[in-house]
Amino acid sequence: MDIDLITNILYATIRTGTPLILVAFGEMVCEKSGVLNLGQEGMMLMGAVIGFVAAVTTGSLFIAILMAIIAGILMSLLFGFLSITLVSNQVASGLALTIFGGGLSAFIGANYVGIGIDGIQPLAIPLLSDIPVIGKALFQQDTLVYFSFFMFALLYLVLTRTRVGLKLRAVGENPEAANSMGIHVHGVRYLAVMFGGAMAGLAGGYLSLAYTPLWSEGMTAGKGWIALALVVFASWKVGRIMLGAYLFGVASIMHLILQGTGYEISPSILAMLPYVATIAVLVLLSSNQTKAKLSAPMSLGVPYRPQL
Amino acid sequence: MFKLEKRPFDSRTMAYCSPLIAFALTLLFGGILFASLGHNPFTALHTFFILPLSDAYGLTELGMKVAPLLLCAMGLSLCFKAKIWNIGAEGQFIMGGLGGGFMALQFLDAESSWVLIPILLFGALCGLAWAALAALLKTKFNANEILTTIMLNYIALNALLWAVHGPLKDPSGFNFPESAMFANAAILPLLHEDYRLTIAIFFGLFAMVAIWTLISRSWLGFQIQVLGEDKAAARYAGFKENALIWFALLVCGALAGLAGVSEVTGPIGQLIPYISPGYGYAAIIVVFLGRMHPLGILFASMLMGLTYMGGEMVQIEMSLPKSITGLFQGMLLFFLLASDLLIGYRIVKKAPANIEAPTTNRVSA
Repeated sequence: MDIDLITNILYATIRTGTPLILVAFGEMVCEKSGVLNLGQEGMMLMGAVIGFVAAVTTGSLFIAILMAIIAGILMSLLFGFLSITLVSNQVASGLALTIFGGGLSAFIGANYVGIGIDGIQPLAIPLLSDIPVIGKALFQQDTLVYFSFFMFALLYLVLTRTRVGLKLRAVGENPEAANSMGIHVHGVRYLAVMFGGAMAGLAGGYLSLAYTPLWSEGMTAGKGWIALALVVFASWKVGRIMLGAYLFGVASIMHLILQGTGYEISPSILAMLPYVATIAVLVLLSSNQTKAKLSAPMSLGVPYRPQL
Repeated sequence: MFKLEKRPFDSRTMAYCSPLIAFALTLLFGGILFASLGHNPFTALHTFFILPLSDAYGLTELGMKVAPLLLCAMGLSLCFKAKIWNIGAEGQFIMGGLGGGFMALQFLDAESSWVLIPILLFGALCGLAWAALAALLKTKFNANEILTTIMLNYIALNALLWAVHGPLKDPSGFNFPESAMFANAAILPLLHEDYRLTIAIFFGLFAMVAIWTLISRSWLGFQIQVLGEDKAAARYAGFKENALIWFALLVCGALAGLAGVSEVTGPIGQLIPYISPGYGYAAIIVVFLGRMHPLGILFASMLMGLTYMGGEMVQIEMSLPKSITGLFQGMLLFFLLASDLLIGYRIVKKAPANIEAPTTNRVSA
């Protein structure tokens, strides 16, 4: 393998891992508050389609990204209303969100299939991007990739060093105790769910505006689900989410890696890799059940209804 | 001021009314949607829900959609009863179609319809094997079945794509990603020569009765229900939890696989890249909408089958995208979950003195 290929593989790994990071960050915050939202896929698809439609109609990528985020938030509010206010089963509500989002996005995007746009272009950071091998991968990416680096630092600080992070965890661990301390449990959970929606919408927008600047039905191809596995795999830790997402990134670009070695494998077989990897990760986790249980928020998936 | 008050007991009436409320709300919001797109909502809803069924052809086409939905949904209902969140009917369906299709391609010169027996059996077996993977991952490795079955769905889809682009591609097919057409003997018998409806609908109805009997009349079915209602009680009674999980998943896989092979040896007649318009996912909605009861599931399959036909109809008549089907299916499930709140709670004026705390259901992540 020559140095150019390695550079390109690193570059592609970061790009492929980025949407996973964005969704997984959102879902992690959501789960920290005790809410399990299985609707990531639906929110991503809505972000992708709304972002794309906005880009085509307004021509502004900034508005497009904004609309993708708003679409994700609106979808998450539907879920929040069902699972928080109406205390519905979170698993069923999340599935409903995914099915609904898949249908709605396909409907909205039906007339936009096959249209191309100029996607978000990479923005090279002077000097840093000239570093051999890692320069291109880390500092010659588009703004959303840089945003994922920024979110990593921000989330790490907020979750471990601030009162906001503490409140979030209190609500996820023991909502009754949090409530008695004067924390508005439903308020915190709504905000966490909305944050998850915003990040999923953004991740969807990343797919349709930067990664492959076009819209096709079901284009997220299970990335929302992989992100859900990723959060468990990362034991709800931001650093490990980054790491895990890039590992999945590598699994998704095997065709690029194999291209250099001359092996001829069907693209459909290679496309299975991220899913197989996800299953493998879930199996690996089982070797340490106790640890997985300890790091999961105590009240994950349990609806909370305040007593009056 | 209105308040939610916990009912002392879940309301059975509301449990049966809830799907109707959900359907009414779907009609309402569907009408609003059509109106906002500049169509007369009443004509549009008529086109979606009534027009497809206005003749015998439409009714048989509905039967053709009901067959796979019913097969998948009956299998899923068994899993959901045991609180096994199997989302993998889609993948099991695809593997059934792929396996059965592979078998059918071995009998391209067949003249006798007996070849259908190995084809159908092998299809069901492939669906079963795919579900067995999920069962193994759940019982042996304790992996979350929602995530594993979804991943298996995507893997199955790619396996089918691989097969029709590679080893099972028709050598004389101008390089289209399709297999050869199956022999006539390997096609399921039609109920009537003028229509496309095959005997697959009987598989569905038979599965319905069989699972109904299993759940309501057998010791095995009872154990599955107890496992779903109260895991601790099931353990205390000495039920073999893992064996029950295996059983529910395998039955579901076999039924979904049978649905898949019936589809490729039925209306499709060959292997193509996409053999399911999301039947496996729609079947999840069917189970919830049908209240996990066989008769309810039958009616819900009809409604869900109708949404596919309605989508095609509004595409033809009003040139709206066919994907409106998924939108209506999603709305149905959403409104259903929302109105299900009224099963456990009632809406009362003013706050009463004491509100009982709800019993929270823990959901494993």
